[in-house]
Amino acid sequence: MLQAYLPLLILLVFAVLIGFLVVAIGHVFGPKRPTARKAAPYESGMVPYGPGTRRISVRYYLVAVLFILFDIETIFFLLWAVVLRDLGVFGLVEMFLFMGTLAVGLIYAWKKGALEWE
Amino acid sequence: MPPLGVIILYAIIGLVSVGSAVGLLVSRNAIYSALFLVLNFLTVALLYLVLGAPFIALAQITVYAGAIMVLFLFVIMMLGAEKLTESSLRVRGLRVLAVVLGLVFAAEVALFLVVRGGIPAAPAEPALTFGDPAAVGLMLFQQYTLPFEITSVILLAAMVGAIVLTRGDLKDRLARRAALEKKA
Amino acid sequence: MDAGMIWEWIIKSIFLILFMTGGFAYVTLLERRVLARMQVRIGPNRVGKFGLLQPIADAVKLIFKEELIPAGADKLMFIVAPVITVIPALIITGVIPWGTSINLFGREIALSIANVNVGVLYIMAVTSISVYGITLAGWSSNNKYAMFGGLRSTAQMISYELALGLSLVGPILLAGSMNVMDIVQAQKTLPFALLQPAGFIVYFMATLAEINRAPFDMPEAEQELTAGYHTEYSSMKFALFFMAEYIKMIAVAMIGSTMFLGGFQGPFVDQLPWLGPVYLFGKVIVWLFVDIWIRATLPRIRYDKLMALGWKVMYPIALLNVFITGILVVLTTKR
Repeated sequence: MLQAYLPLLILLVFAVLIGFLVVAIGHVFGPKRPTARKAAPYESGMVPYGPGTRRISVRYYLVAVLFILFDIETIFFLLWAVVLRDLGVFGLVEMFLFMGTLAVGLIYAWKKGALEWE
Repeated sequence: MPPLGVIILYAIIGLVSVGSAVGLLVSRNAIYSALFLVLNFLTVALLYLVLGAPFIALAQITVYAGAIMVLFLFVIMMLGAEKLTESSLRVRGLRVLAVVLGLVFAAEVALFLVVRGGIPAAPAEPALTFGDPAAVGLMLFQQYTLPFEITSVILLAAMVGAIVLTRGDLKDRLARRAALEKKA
Repeated sequence: MDAGMIWEWIIKSIFLILFMTGGFAYVTLLERRVLARMQVRIGPNRVGKFGLLQPIADAVKLIFKEELIPAGADKLMFIVAPVITVIPALIITGVIPWGTSINLFGREIALSIANVNVGVLYIMAVTSISVYGITLAGWSSNNKYAMFGGLRSTAQMISYELALGLSLVGPILLAGSMNVMDIVQAQKTLPFALLQPAGFIVYFMATLAEINRAPFDMPEAEQELTAGYHTEYSSMKFALFFMAEYIKMIAVAMIGSTMFLGGFQGPFVDQLPWLGPVYLFGKVIVWLFVDIWIRATLPRIRYDKLMALGWKVMYPIALLNVFITGILVVLTTKR
């Protein structure tokens, strides 16, 4: 059971190693002559104005919430797709109800302007 | 008794899991706390895998470590709450509350051990197909139809809630959009 | 489980990682050459024959560049972010089979790293954690452009991930399994792209957005938005972001070929199993060529249109496609 997943763990370990190895190579071989000007954040040649990190718009929050909800729906869809042949018409009706409820939400979000960016 | 390799793996995962939970609590930067929580969710997913439930493990990564933590990061950045200041830690009665809750938890664990009469023996190894997507799917869509349908209502409620919370911004957006279209 | 098995897995993992990093180097060359030809230029051809040593020259140059860390940046996160970005790209193809199995040194070796029955969900899970590197790179840079570039990319990626996930439901419905190997075997006679044209197109477009390729390459809008999340990066850390991007490009081509174009299936593959990888990589190279072609052809799409396309067009189409496929599958199943 677990054995089938062990290769993926091994792959993960090597991926982490190679990532840090590449950063380390750059760190070892690159010259290090920092100056205050060089370290200033890039702002099209101007002296940076105000803090670099600031509060972000609430719309990112909204898009993330919508993402979570539809992501959960996707997981259910993947599971449903595997067993639909065994479920037959019952499975279709069941999923139609589930999807219908969320489609109402999507239409509501659409009408309220949650999908608008400018 | 599971094989030695599994026990070692379990021990490593458990240590990382507890370590990341402690990191979450002690780190002074909310973004780091959120990332420790991601790590914690990933190790919990590995624990599910060790228990023979690959579907749940990967769903845990997709939904918790993936989607929900992106929301956490966005909310932290939205509030501008990355750095914990001294004053934000000085909520009155926080220490007392922590001690009380700790005692309650210890009592719960003690009660559990007394009622159950010690640590239960390991259950029999589940069948190999127990955690298969097909097995989980059949169980969910046949046996647990009603809870599955109710999930959709809960998700809808969450969606409506988020939209109502941001309705001020949404109105602005629609107005701006209409103005832009008028100009064009 | 014996020591031989573990060595086999280790060798296969190292091979996959070397293959992907090598692939990255040469896809950059391919892209530069093809783009140049499409713009009536010649492209890099001086370093080695046909410019074949150009990627190595680029790597050497980047290794000896100075590493800059902007003032006020979150140092630890600034260094870790590129690593976090590259890990998902390297591990996502772990479930893709390159063929059935071959006999090498008297040992039956399966041409896949892991053959698991939740393969497609693994792909989804790895995709969903691949946004962190980009968000954190933007946040830790202490730079407004980087921060907003990172946020925009993240919002874009999560929006298109939904359509991407739904487009993968089609092949699962047709194969009745989440195992990638089963999906490939189910395409023995007919690739799913012909049965799932809408799903295939949604997958193709959603992955272009997911890996930030033209015409959805908002994070790299160098002309308009300075650069996005990697504005402050230099040296090998900068290289890691591009490594991640090009490896993701290969990975989505590989996953797409497997899910929709029959993967390693092709004529005579049953008799000669080593033809499997050859077919798979033929398909991947054609896919990459189309990616580059699109970059040369289409202008960048504006951000509000990009988000509207993802939520208002692609997601509903993917949803409809899944449902129609579901109805057809139920109707055609013999009881």
